[in-house]
Amino acid sequence: MERYDVAIIGGGPGGLAAARGAREAGAERVLVLERDGRTGGILNQCIHDGFGLVRYKAMLTGPEYALRARAEADEVGAEVLTGAMVTGLTPERTITAVTRAGLMEVQAGAVVLATGCRERTRGAIAIPGTRPAGVFTAGAAQNLINTKNLMVGRRVVVLGSGDIGLIMARRLTLEGAKVLCVAEMRPAPGGLERNIRQCLYDFDIPLYLQTTVTNILGRKRVEGVELSAVDEAGVPIPGTRRTVDCDTLLLSVGLIPENEIGALAGVELDPVTNGTVTDGFLQTSVPGVFSCGNCRKVMDLADFVTVQGLAAGYNAGAWVQGKDLKPMPAETSNAMAKGLPQPGVLTCVLCPKGCRVTIGPDGTTDGNQCPKGEAYALQEVKAPARVLTTTVKRVDGTLLPVKTSKAVPRENLTEYARRLRNVTVPDAPLSYGAVVLTDPFGVGADVVAAK
Amino acid sequence: MAVRPTYDIFIIGGGAVGCAVARELSRYRLSVALAEAAPDVAAGASGRNSAVIHAGFNNRPGSLMAKLCVQGSQGFPALCRELDVPYKITGKLLVAFDQADLATLRRLKDQGDRNGCRGLALLSRDQLRAKLPQVGGIGAMESPCTGVFDPFQYTVALAENAKANGVDFYLSHPVTAIKKGPEVFTITAGVRTFTARRVVNCAGLHSADVSALAGVEGYRIYPCRGEYFILDKTDVLPMPVYPAPKKGAGGLGVHLTPTIHGNLILGPSAEYIDDPEDTASTRPVMDQLFREACQLLPGLERKQIIGAYCGVRPKQAPPGEGGYWDFVIKEETRCPGLINLIGIESPGLTASVPIARMVTEIIGRTMDLVPNPTFDGRRTGIRRFRDRTPAEQAALIAADPDYGEVICRCQTVTKAELRQAIENPLGVKTLAGIKYRAWATTGRCSGGYCLPKIAQMLTEEYGLAPEEVTYRGPGSPLFTGRVK
Repeated sequence: MERYDVAIIGGGPGGLAAARGAREAGAERVLVLERDGRTGGILNQCIHDGFGLVRYKAMLTGPEYALRARAEADEVGAEVLTGAMVTGLTPERTITAVTRAGLMEVQAGAVVLATGCRERTRGAIAIPGTRPAGVFTAGAAQNLINTKNLMVGRRVVVLGSGDIGLIMARRLTLEGAKVLCVAEMRPAPGGLERNIRQCLYDFDIPLYLQTTVTNILGRKRVEGVELSAVDEAGVPIPGTRRTVDCDTLLLSVGLIPENEIGALAGVELDPVTNGTVTDGFLQTSVPGVFSCGNCRKVMDLADFVTVQGLAAGYNAGAWVQGKDLKPMPAETSNAMAKGLPQPGVLTCVLCPKGCRVTIGPDGTTDGNQCPKGEAYALQEVKAPARVLTTTVKRVDGTLLPVKTSKAVPRENLTEYARRLRNVTVPDAPLSYGAVVLTDPFGVGADVVAAK
Repeated sequence: MAVRPTYDIFIIGGGAVGCAVARELSRYRLSVALAEAAPDVAAGASGRNSAVIHAGFNNRPGSLMAKLCVQGSQGFPALCRELDVPYKITGKLLVAFDQADLATLRRLKDQGDRNGCRGLALLSRDQLRAKLPQVGGIGAMESPCTGVFDPFQYTVALAENAKANGVDFYLSHPVTAIKKGPEVFTITAGVRTFTARRVVNCAGLHSADVSALAGVEGYRIYPCRGEYFILDKTDVLPMPVYPAPKKGAGGLGVHLTPTIHGNLILGPSAEYIDDPEDTASTRPVMDQLFREACQLLPGLERKQIIGAYCGVRPKQAPPGEGGYWDFVIKEETRCPGLINLIGIESPGLTASVPIARMVTEIIGRTMDLVPNPTFDGRRTGIRRFRDRTPAEQAALIAADPDYGEVICRCQTVTKAELRQAIENPLGVKTLAGIKYRAWATTGRCSGGYCLPKIAQMLTEEYGLAPEEVTYRGPGSPLFTGRVK
């Protein structure tokens, strides 16, 4: 039995931040248990940018953010164990983990649950129809495309306008698939306005509101889906159905806090959201067991998860030592623009805030919260440009996340991504930020490693 | 092409019954082949049902259904132990909601007693409440010998054991022609042509068609679809709970069944359809299932649902009439050597081995059955990690570190188990085949977490091209290729 002052279950942004927080509170031995072979959690498959604005004042891709989060935990001397799947947790904070080295038991002074969330599935929302290959949750498709080099389909319908669905609509387009539409059951999109703009509008992908999938067709592989308009209550309206030929259905229909491990210790869960119920110090109903991030309440930004992870970790560390706990940071309010982009108004896509910027007759901008927004808006009306995030293949067939060193012309994104599909880079690890290709498109932008 | 030797027996259909027939016949010195149209066994009704070991009170005394079901039920535990198939004798309740239901239960108890079912008892409302306070209803019948099992693993186990004892399996070999010659049958299945002395038709939903291929017309199968929901793991019910059956229905009514894996399934509906392959779920029935299940177990919530599936019953009883026609199991006088099994619907799974023994007995009337001295009826399945003691788990990991790598988080399935599933004796490489053997991807995240890992194993460790990773064989690729 190994003894730790604080053990953290989950090595995504929340867990890594909790490790740092616990050490900062003075906890001696701090351990992060991560089931995957590497830390970072879902960040590793989120090769797009938009991470890090709050925490690092930088625009990072998911893998870049994951590296920084890990470095911050390492820096303060937290121990990290990957390949450790926690299968047991008692109210007395004894943890059982399965590893290739054997079963591991950890007695923790305090525990932080940072187990994240899972995607709602086709089964959970009971979409009628056949059960062919070609129905994926957006996150699973993201994992397959960005980390396993496996392409999920060619003609795609996305159900649900959550951010992952929007991001994947763009991602699939950049990798040569045709995204036929995004259907959203509610009257307003679920994802950030910025993502509607840069993932759908940039690529002319239609968004159908108050529309859902009422049937899946095809015995072996998806051959089509039936779309129907729905009323305010979400009930399909008879006579509105139409069939869309496609080979793939992607689902982005909500995230559910993942708390099967917390439940083993009897942690109280919200009956509606399945999130952990915590007090103002991020402590759950089980003394000494804290919780942060998406397993507590699904958050819009990894940055917010980090902020909460630091606080949960700090309090776990303080609790072990009998020190005073700190009130949790204010719940980050929804400061980010959501909804449909308005005509005549630019949505700044540089960061998740998505400022709504207008340009007056005298050429001055209004609505931007920072000077970058002004530059963005003026560029947007002149010659729209975006940072391209994608992957390139290594010789061994694995994928390296990359991005352009600066924004490139928007109208060429698909063409540039196509050209990068034919590029192979050496297996040798490229250090983060290393130039992979020097100005390959002749627009003054290098392609750099984003991992 | 080299001339293939003539088989003694050619079995058509790799469901539980076909595989049980194959295994029973492998006890004798016979050359036996089994052809299955799908890429795996248990692709039809055998893998799509309530997964219940029936006690045998539902069927008319004197019928084959009653006799073979009771025999099957009583032999099931020993069979499952021999084949290393998970099962549990849970008991079962049939619940009455009105006076007519109570009368039905009295009739069923009497019928069951006459069929030889053990321990049937009628429960008053108070006794029902005392037993299962969470269940609705005004009275019940309890059947202590009913159980639950994994019908997919069961069928796979029968097939694997048959194969180990010498039966040749031809998966993805749909039978398209049967010609009766003076000595032998000539059978076209897939791209191959076979000859055999006897043909055993275990084709389930297609049994009437197969019979017609051999020239024996007159049977008719009416496909009757049953839809189900799968709920997340729960211990809310320790045993299956059924409503008292309604006269004229195509099935047993929407019931709640805890599975051997800890989930709860609710269903099935009963809807006569035209296409035996149509296993689509439909919105009206999905809504109906949930309403009816809530009557049995008030307090069910839709958010507990993690999935849905459908099975299709091969019924002889036509629409409008409903109910059950007895199994047909016989050698056709119109076509000697053809043994037809027609209308093997519920309780065909429970009865599968007694059915197979009956087929063996029929064959024995015209062929010498010499015991196969090397026959071994024991089969060992995948060594499971979940549900073992910590000491056993530690020993498994020490012997094979792949047991220390959990791939499916919802069901706690390790890489070692996935390897065993991928390297299965029948050589099935479909994702569905791996799923049902290892039980990975079957949980609340529906493979969101483990599917990419399994796909990676198949492509990187087992050398499948991305396009060769299929859900259920040709035509169902999961991937269109590499991204780049």
